Amino acid sequence: MKKSAASFPFLIWVTLFTIIPLLLVLLFSFTEGNIQNIKEMKFTLENFKRFLQPNYISVLGRSAGLALISTIICFVLGYPMAMILSSMEPKKRNFWVLLFIVPMWMNFLLRTYAWMTLLGKQGLINGFLEFLGLPSLNLLYNNGAVILGMVYNFLPFMVLPIYTVLSKIDKSIIEAAEDLGSNRITVFRKIIFPLSIPGVVSGITMVFMPAVSTFVISRLLGGNRYMLIGNLIEQQFLTVYDWHFGSAISIIMMVMILIAMAFMERFDKDKEGGRIW
Amino acid sequence: MVEKWIKRFYAFLLYLFLYAPIIVLIVYSFNSSKSRGSWDGFTLKWYVELFKDRQIMKALYYTVLVAFFSSAIATVIGTLAAIGIHNAGHFKKKILLNLNYVPVLNPDIVTGVALMSLFVFVGKQLGLVTMLLAHITFNIPYVVLSVLPKLKQLNKHLAEAAMDLGATPFYAFRKVVLPEIMPGIISGALIAFTMSIDDFVISFFTTGSGVSNLSITIFSMARRGINPKINALSTLMFLSVLILLLMINKRSSLEIKGKDDVA
Repeated sequence: MKKSAASFPFLIWVTLFTIIPLLLVLLFSFTEGNIQNIKEMKFTLENFKRFLQPNYISVLGRSAGLALISTIICFVLGYPMAMILSSMEPKKRNFWVLLFIVPMWMNFLLRTYAWMTLLGKQGLINGFLEFLGLPSLNLLYNNGAVILGMVYNFLPFMVLPIYTVLSKIDKSIIEAAEDLGSNRITVFRKIIFPLSIPGVVSGITMVFMPAVSTFVISRLLGGNRYMLIGNLIEQQFLTVYDWHFGSAISIIMMVMILIAMAFMERFDKDKEGGRIW
Repeated sequence: MVEKWIKRFYAFLLYLFLYAPIIVLIVYSFNSSKSRGSWDGFTLKWYVELFKDRQIMKALYYTVLVAFFSSAIATVIGTLAAIGIHNAGHFKKKILLNLNYVPVLNPDIVTGVALMSLFVFVGKQLGLVTMLLAHITFNIPYVVLSVLPKLKQLNKHLAEAAMDLGATPFYAFRKVVLPEIMPGIISGALIAFTMSIDDFVISFFTTGSGVSNLSITIFSMARRGINPKINALSTLMFLSVLILLLMINKRSSLEIKGKDDVA
């Protein structure tokens, strides 16, 4: 018996539950008619044409925009944190890294829901402002709240890969640069940052991807007024039952993510981006 | 030392940001008022009522059931897959690895609607079984990814030596290879278990009426306002996961010993 035959159950499983479902979505997106009967489906491009209407395009634009802003904020907040973590003594830093991961182990719906408690009209933040005699703010159900939810949920996905790459950088390279007279800014600009790019690339993809596709964060923190592409897909599958259009939107979103990933890949020359696990 | 102070302050702020909602949840699980706005004094009544709540207990039951079986099945398939991938030729290995990455890289919502499409297309009633199948599907890649590195570290000649000494291939696998890769298998199973417990999106699309896990229950409650019982439950779950996590961490720090990277 060949040892590589051990992957046979896996191959069957992946074919049945990963490949075929994706092909079905692709099939649905180019057809119309009864979803349970292939013979009754007719080829059409109508689903994709329908997406070109201004209201759908604006949903796409808002999704991409909010995801992009969240990714940038995660990067700006996360990079220094990854540097701080990687500069700690090895003994201490395992603990602090673990402490960074721990929140992810609490149900993300609950954590997001807890933000409603903090941001709401009678929430803790407004209560605090009131206590100080300041006017209360409208913090919930707007783009800001959605961005906050995204940054909150996905920040660890930015910090951890960058941290992993930074902590593997050979310290003697940095010392050598310092010996040769570089100041700290030059060391960062010419050595640390370029060497950390694989981590940055995987961090950016790991934040951007779930941010573009989320429908929960926008539902809870954005109220029902702020639709993202994820909400649109969910609506088509579970409320409107137009699976053909829903599939077309899914395909459009996947293509968008693939383009973003291919774009990021160009910066990752070594193709060895740090992963969380 | 100003710089050190700034670093510490910055780290403090970020940790505060990460933990603020968790602290809020835990604190409010002890609040005797049902509303989120006011604090009426300390109570443990939500913890007591939690265990009397049929709906939540049922959701907890389904969550644990699905997490247990999906991680167990995914661990078996994933470990076998990792062995197969490890021993496959260069080209086949590449294909298998890329197939393994598809569910990881695919957005949750697409995996969810794709699986839902499959189940409905073949006329399978959505429910516990479909949710279980979906969880196994997204768990397998994580098992493969945590077993593979252990196989790479394994000395190729160990199993051969055992077989030279008269062991059958299966005996050599069971007595020599398996114990060596066990840490990878266990951490893969634990990751799968926690992934399954935490999942919402894929479960949301692949389950039918009557069968909901905790995430789905929480989601449906969120619009009406979440009952403090849920806060109590999540406090308990958070503590158990924390303990589980500290155990894994201790394990891996024992394993790593001198090496100083966790990831």
